[in-house]
Amino acid sequence: MSLSVRLSHAFPGFGLDIAFDAPPGVTVLFGRSGSGKSTVVRAVAGLMRPAAGRIALEDRVLFDSGARIMLPPHRRRLGVVFQDARLFPHLSVAQNLRYGARFAPQGGRDDTARVVEMLGIGPLLSRRPGALSGGERSRVAIGRALLSRPEMILADEPLAALDAARKAEILPYFERLRDEAGVPILYVSHAAEEVARLATTVVVLEAGRTVRQGPALEVLGDPGVAPTGVRAVGAVLEAVVRAHHPDGLSELDAGGVALHLPRVAQKPGQRLRLRIAAQEVMLATAEPRDISALNVLPGRVEAVLPGQGPGAIVTVETPAGKLLARVTRRSAGALGLAPGRPVWAVVKSVSIAPEDVGAPS
Amino acid sequence: MGWLGPEEWAAVALSLKVAFWAVAASLPLGIVTAYALARWSFPGKQILNGLVHLPLILPPVVTGYLLLLTLGPQAPLGGALESMGIVFAFRWTGAALAAGVMAFPLMVRAIRLSVEAVDPKLEEASATLGAPPLAVFATVTLPLILPGILAGAILAFAKAMGEFGATITFVSNIPGQTRTLPSAIYAFLQVPGGEAAALRLVAVSVGVAMGALLLSELLGRWIARRVAGA
Repeated sequence: MSLSVRLSHAFPGFGLDIAFDAPPGVTVLFGRSGSGKSTVVRAVAGLMRPAAGRIALEDRVLFDSGARIMLPPHRRRLGVVFQDARLFPHLSVAQNLRYGARFAPQGGRDDTARVVEMLGIGPLLSRRPGALSGGERSRVAIGRALLSRPEMILADEPLAALDAARKAEILPYFERLRDEAGVPILYVSHAAEEVARLATTVVVLEAGRTVRQGPALEVLGDPGVAPTGVRAVGAVLEAVVRAHHPDGLSELDAGGVALHLPRVAQKPGQRLRLRIAAQEVMLATAEPRDISALNVLPGRVEAVLPGQGPGAIVTVETPAGKLLARVTRRSAGALGLAPGRPVWAVVKSVSIAPEDVGAPS
Repeated sequence: MGWLGPEEWAAVALSLKVAFWAVAASLPLGIVTAYALARWSFPGKQILNGLVHLPLILPPVVTGYLLLLTLGPQAPLGGALESMGIVFAFRWTGAALAAGVMAFPLMVRAIRLSVEAVDPKLEEASATLGAPPLAVFATVTLPLILPGILAGAILAFAKAMGEFGATITFVSNIPGQTRTLPSAIYAFLQVPGGEAAALRLVAVSVGVAMGALLLSELLGRWIARRVAGA
């Protein structure tokens, strides 16, 4: 099941011209606020009519300006998870969930018990939305969308309204959704760590245009992709947990290189994905000794991309995968960093935050 | 009813019947009109809005006379309806119609306010979950505007109970037929020694009005609690 989107629309002072394909898995629409992400979701959901374009889910046409097709939202079979949850205030949690199932196609098994279990909302069933916390509301909204048995889930910044603790609470549910429910997801976000953890495919939007799309590891490892600012630049690696050490560290194996980071939730043998922010990576041209940082990866400079300010982003090819390092242009010059130069990338264990570690897609 | 004479009791019973039917018959139209004014944009919307509010601004006698001109026995529309067995002029049904027309703007205003208070985002969410437009209205909009509908209905009921000018112009003041509570009070005040009966009816009026207000307050609170979702 894949979604193909081509659309253009003119707003006063803002034009939208979007083209992308969302293959199975999680496709993240990544871009800063005002780049047109939410408009794309509204157009796909049928809540706004673009001036021109075509939107199709596999061979089912949802919108085609040429053929004058505009399927109303209730016939699109897309489950939308809104940023503000939008639970019905006059219904209990159980009734909200049942509302999702009510208009779902007949036949098929009743998934309620499984969805309630997966989202951990059993204890909330008899409550009213007004009595729920933000995180609980989000989980119920996800469940309600799932129970309408959609052919695809659209999630419009479902975590943006939540604080860091609540985000950490909800993200794993989206990972489970991706890995267990098998429903393709179009996920809108402007947060790099959400993209790194969830995305199978990344589509980068900038000022109403699609500027880049492709497999997540590839797009996120591209130093030119920084839609939400240079601080959000970071590479994403995949690794296997090797062991948990008694001093609170976990040892991972990333392409034969050992990485140490603060204790992760995954068990030994499990795969995970981690994002290493470019500004947490240091480079050395001689192998560093006697330093406190535990992770030293040998590699070779692949490219140096000078920024507009004093910084530059250096792409380093290591056995663990591509790493990005943000250094000053002065250092890049002093060290003679140029494509082909052997370097050591240094990463402090504690600089890898827990929200940057998640299950692989 | 020991303390009310048969004539007075007839007036009270008739008024209750007239007000009930005035509200019951106009409520569906009131809901549709309020929804249309709150949510849709269509040519002639301001004209519809003006028409709905007209009875609030016009002298009631004028409204009653206009009803007589359009639905009276001599009027083409009234004649056509009469041949179908529907007669308004000088019948209690006419009193209900006059009361309904006079109360309509109050009803629509209350419901419209509550429709405007419903977040359209909830209706969008309902549609994305697969609900066709009518189901969106029935399962989301309607339950959320229930307090407004109730307030509008009770306000309209109270207004219908007290309607005088349009009623007496359209359907006159026939005992047992169109003599509603206000008409009866007026009639009693016209005859010597009628003050006592008039006073008794005034007491009934006050009682009904207070009762309606109290009931709307209680029901309103109950529904608000349900809808607030706490």
